Amino acid sequence: MADTALTAQHRSPLADATDRLAAATRSCAGALRLAELPFLAQVNVRLDAKGAAADAVGLALDLALPLEPNTVVRAGGLTALWLGPDEWLLVGRPGIQRDLESRIRSAAADEPVSVTDVSAQRTTLLVSGPRARDLLAHGCPLDLHPRVFGPGRCAQTTLGRAQAVLVSRDEPRAGFWVLVRSSFAGYLTDWLLDAATEYAWS
Amino acid sequence: MLLIPCPWCGPRDEAEFHYGGQAHVPYPEDPAALTDEEWARYLFFRDNPKGPFAERWSHAAGCRRWFNAVRDTATNEILAVYRAGEQRPAAVEPRTPQSARPTLADMAPEEPQAGPAAEPPAGVQKADPLVSGASGVGEDQPFRLPTRGRIHRDAPLTFTFDGTEYQGYRGDTLASALLANGVIQAGTSTKLGRPRGIFSAGVEEPNAVVQIEAPFPEPMLPATTVELYDGLVATSLPGQGRLATAPDPARYDAVHAHCDLLVVGAGPAGLAAAAAAARSGARVILADDQPEPGGSLLGTAEHLDWVDEVAGLLDTAPDVRVLRRTTVFGHYDDNHLLAVERRTNHLGAQAPDNVSRERVWRIRARRVVLATGAHERSLAFADNDRPGVMLAASARAYANRHGVLPGRHAVVFTTNDSAYAAALDLTAAGLDITAIVDTRSEPGEWAERARAAGIEVLAGHAVTGTEGAPRLTAVTVAPYGQSTGQREFSADLLLVSGGWNPVAHLFSQAGGKLRYDEALGSFVPDACRQAVEVVGGADGVLDLARALAQGAAAGRRAIEAEGYTSETPRLPQVAAQPQTPAMQVFTVPGRDGAPRFVDLQRDVTVDDLARATGAGMRSVEHTKRYTTAGTANDQGKTSGVLASGVVAELLGVDVSALGTTTFRPPYTPVSFATLAGRDRGTLHDPVRTTALHEWHVAHGALFENVGQWKRPWYYPQNGEDMEAAVLRECAAAREGVAFMDASTLGKIDVQGPDAAAFLDRLYTNMMSTLKVGMIRYGVMCRLDGMVFDDGTVIRLAPDRFLVTTTTGNAAAVLDWMEEWLQTEWPELRVHCTSVTEQWATVALVGPRSREVLGALAPQLAVENEDFPFMAWRETTVAGVAARVCRISFSGELAYEINVSPWEARALWEALYEAGAQYGITPYGTETMHVLRAEKGYPIIGQDTDGTVTPQDLGMSWAVSKKKPDFIGKRSYARADTVRPDRKHLVGLLPEDPAAFLPEGTHLVADSELPAPPVPMLGHVTSSYRSAALGRTFALALIKGGRDRIGERLYAPVGDRLLPVTVASPVLYDPEGARRDG
Repeated sequence: MADTALTAQHRSPLADATDRLAAATRSCAGALRLAELPFLAQVNVRLDAKGAAADAVGLALDLALPLEPNTVVRAGGLTALWLGPDEWLLVGRPGIQRDLESRIRSAAADEPVSVTDVSAQRTTLLVSGPRARDLLAHGCPLDLHPRVFGPGRCAQTTLGRAQAVLVSRDEPRAGFWVLVRSSFAGYLTDWLLDAATEYAWS
Repeated sequence: MLLIPCPWCGPRDEAEFHYGGQAHVPYPEDPAALTDEEWARYLFFRDNPKGPFAERWSHAAGCRRWFNAVRDTATNEILAVYRAGEQRPAAVEPRTPQSARPTLADMAPEEPQAGPAAEPPAGVQKADPLVSGASGVGEDQPFRLPTRGRIHRDAPLTFTFDGTEYQGYRGDTLASALLANGVIQAGTSTKLGRPRGIFSAGVEEPNAVVQIEAPFPEPMLPATTVELYDGLVATSLPGQGRLATAPDPARYDAVHAHCDLLVVGAGPAGLAAAAAAARSGARVILADDQPEPGGSLLGTAEHLDWVDEVAGLLDTAPDVRVLRRTTVFGHYDDNHLLAVERRTNHLGAQAPDNVSRERVWRIRARRVVLATGAHERSLAFADNDRPGVMLAASARAYANRHGVLPGRHAVVFTTNDSAYAAALDLTAAGLDITAIVDTRSEPGEWAERARAAGIEVLAGHAVTGTEGAPRLTAVTVAPYGQSTGQREFSADLLLVSGGWNPVAHLFSQAGGKLRYDEALGSFVPDACRQAVEVVGGADGVLDLARALAQGAAAGRRAIEAEGYTSETPRLPQVAAQPQTPAMQVFTVPGRDGAPRFVDLQRDVTVDDLARATGAGMRSVEHTKRYTTAGTANDQGKTSGVLASGVVAELLGVDVSALGTTTFRPPYTPVSFATLAGRDRGTLHDPVRTTALHEWHVAHGALFENVGQWKRPWYYPQNGEDMEAAVLRECAAAREGVAFMDASTLGKIDVQGPDAAAFLDRLYTNMMSTLKVGMIRYGVMCRLDGMVFDDGTVIRLAPDRFLVTTTTGNAAAVLDWMEEWLQTEWPELRVHCTSVTEQWATVALVGPRSREVLGALAPQLAVENEDFPFMAWRETTVAGVAARVCRISFSGELAYEINVSPWEARALWEALYEAGAQYGITPYGTETMHVLRAEKGYPIIGQDTDGTVTPQDLGMSWAVSKKKPDFIGKRSYARADTVRPDRKHLVGLLPEDPAAFLPEGTHLVADSELPAPPVPMLGHVTSSYRSAALGRTFALALIKGGRDRIGERLYAPVGDRLLPVTVASPVLYDPEGARRDG
């Protein structure tokens, strides 16, 4: 297939919601920031965490895949999310998914690994600002207190009535990534905007 | 909501998990060697023990791992979890119930030094005179005191009740404002229509249940819980309200909260508990249903400086959240408690639009301290329901909280000490108390205090009747148990205290057991398996000093158990009070024929309960249902223990043996709108859309819900109805070219060296022989051999496949794959990843489809010999990287073009443009269904229902004879699956080609219906009008259908029996000539 460079004809799942997210951010006057981070490279990696491939892939990516459940490791612009004991999601800047995929495959050589480009499977919402936790707490049953879900934590859970992957960003004030299946992104955006009404200056 | 500890992710809400049935039931090594009976035992039989049970669970909304859990089926407690493949741990112990109260040893050091016994009041303190006549306040509100209360006399409010306009103050409830205006009657009773008055000052109110008319109509709110606001319009009710007919414009929402300690109730015990934990760093939530903390102290106006001090401490403690106007109404598993916060109700029309009116708090607490207080109990005496009969402590609360006296001349009727304090305080406030009637013959020290205050105390007496029409005017009193020696007192208020009922609702909901407390004459918390303690009035501790100490100790214990260091809060010095034991009284004999009400809200009397026991009821659960006592929003708050006491007397048993009815959530009514929160309207259920959704909307598509997906159903043009639109779309697909958004099909990437072996076990047909570059249709069955899903399998590489599933089954198929991989076949080196949204799929269909594709994919050799049926190619279509598959679900020449959803719109618009010269037509699911039905292709879930095998569908060709085993194989040798009269999928042609058979229509053999039961041969599963056939047709599941082809059957439609002919399911192009264009 052709390369994955973005062109003008690329449309992200929330392209039509950009204005509404920006308007909500403005009306919350600093309390909340909501935006889509479109087209991030996302690659699903499955391998035996105890096998040789884990080390080889770690070396190739210059990033040790996190072994502790529901944690993330960041290095060199890449974020590795623990999704399961043999499953990770690598997230990076738009366009690098093919390169990531081939680096992992060549690093693993004959070891059995599964590598799947899932960049379009989910899109990413940025939820930040001083009220970000309060906003998510309207629909997320997890304890998002900084002592429990601070930088370095991620979780697959539910937000509203959709499944989502939450990632606490690297600084406490930087908020969260909410990764959501593209087909649910419109629903979840409507949900977040409705929940954010509470924090708008009227 | 249970917390289930995922072995990987830790404790999560049970809603994140799927249940997988009994664990350690391995797939038989050689199913073919089993007898039918042994196979049936494996398929259908599972243990069902009471107690510990090993089960499989999947953390479906989390890490997707299957694991095992040992759950106690009687308590739902998860006793252990362990990973798939691990041994079940040796015996695991359930949690033992813990006492809900601190032990005496724990209590001792907390007991504050009691001060010297309070001086008995030297006499009645100077009364606050009731103002009447001339000046300001009194003129409009004749029962308003000039000084007492916590109302804002500088903030007058205007409200309307039953059409009359009144004044009240901020800080009033509707009930207190009505009382201030001399209005005590607030409705009539539901069955008997008797006038009823304000009876209490809290959530337990059974009588004054009113309808709010404005700003937004709400039925059945206790006037005692409605905070007054300007412009409030309310009406009294005959025991029943009216739902609003207009949609509620207010917002409602929910919040999840987590804490180390939740304290329910901000009375003295609750405040002491919260204060002990406040500065420890532990996360503490204190919830209370009133606008301000203080609880019973607000009603007695005692130690309010201490209340303010603690409130200030809590408001400034960083990890403490105080929820005011918040009723905790449910206590569920693993200390999950639900509360409703009334956020803007009290603002009336001033409530901001963007703030939710009510909010449900979903609180997960490590530890809970219940300080929910106690409700005063009434007594069943004659005519005890007249307006003017009121609970004694409630009258005191009106004086101290709202500066209102509910009457002018009162008689007090009590069985215990507590009413004396109320009487003395009310006397000080200016109420004329004529007499205190005490059933006890020796009422002790408190009686002396009352006498010293100039109140006559009638020891060993009881109230035997009341007069008044409707408001109370007189009370008749006689020596307890006697009919002679009656005296009559004129009074407009009768203050009653029959003792106190601990508010044990939440404790009981949490699974706690209650026990009867002889001294209290009521039921108190005993033990509970959850980490919960009960303190203060809720524990039957009515003495203030003990309640404070108990609360502080419980708060301290809770946070220390969570690893925090507590501090000893300052508690107020409380003077020790004299105590004389209460007398246990439930019913009081009185005037013959006068009703003695037990449940005022449901109009249930002692006589009604006597009828219940006379009819043989022996349990309070039965008498409750027989009489309705304790139902409605009372839920036993005023009537529960009283009813138990009455029934015990009637049966001649001890009330301790009889017990109470079960307490169920919610503690107080919660509206459905509040519970629904944000999940209504467009957010009621997630709507899933494809990358092409906006195009469909812009082109007038109507949508069909398929699972949560919105799929274009058909695209009506120029006012077409569905029939016309679908005939047009079908014709385009059969004669020209048409295209459809097929992106909703589930897609799973299956990778690994054992991928082919894995798919061989999963599908009925052979997948390992599929060549790279080719596609095969596959059928997936459950162990019982019944069709579960179907779709195509694309071989991308020797160790990589792309599997498609039906739209609705994508998640179920992935779960199914993971279940087998993780629990039965962990040795297989294969991984499955959902890529449903990674690809957008466009089906391009029709004899001209090759020309359209060829024009847009110059690098693709599109001719049959280069690109055969069931092959796939990677190429560029309209400049977009694409995987093109030659698959047909219509029988026509067709392609499925898969691209990144980011570029799907570009592809779709290019196809629309390139196809314009051939009249390319977008089509929806209805046309897809017609096209496939004409070819006899079944839709799983429409033509199947979980009882249909591939053979029943005529797809024996898809069931491998070569594979040694696959899921479902053994079941095809069961006697039941080889019966000749199994239902087969066949076509049906109505003899009248215009006659339409509704889906679900049954089929019978004879042209006249025999007497019932009529033998049914099967039913219609799909039915359409066909453009290609020029007639109607249907698919049906018919007993022995393939052997009936050509037979005439009858379909009862309406009152007619339509003759139909059984046909092959393949009605269009049976020779398959159109597939290659």
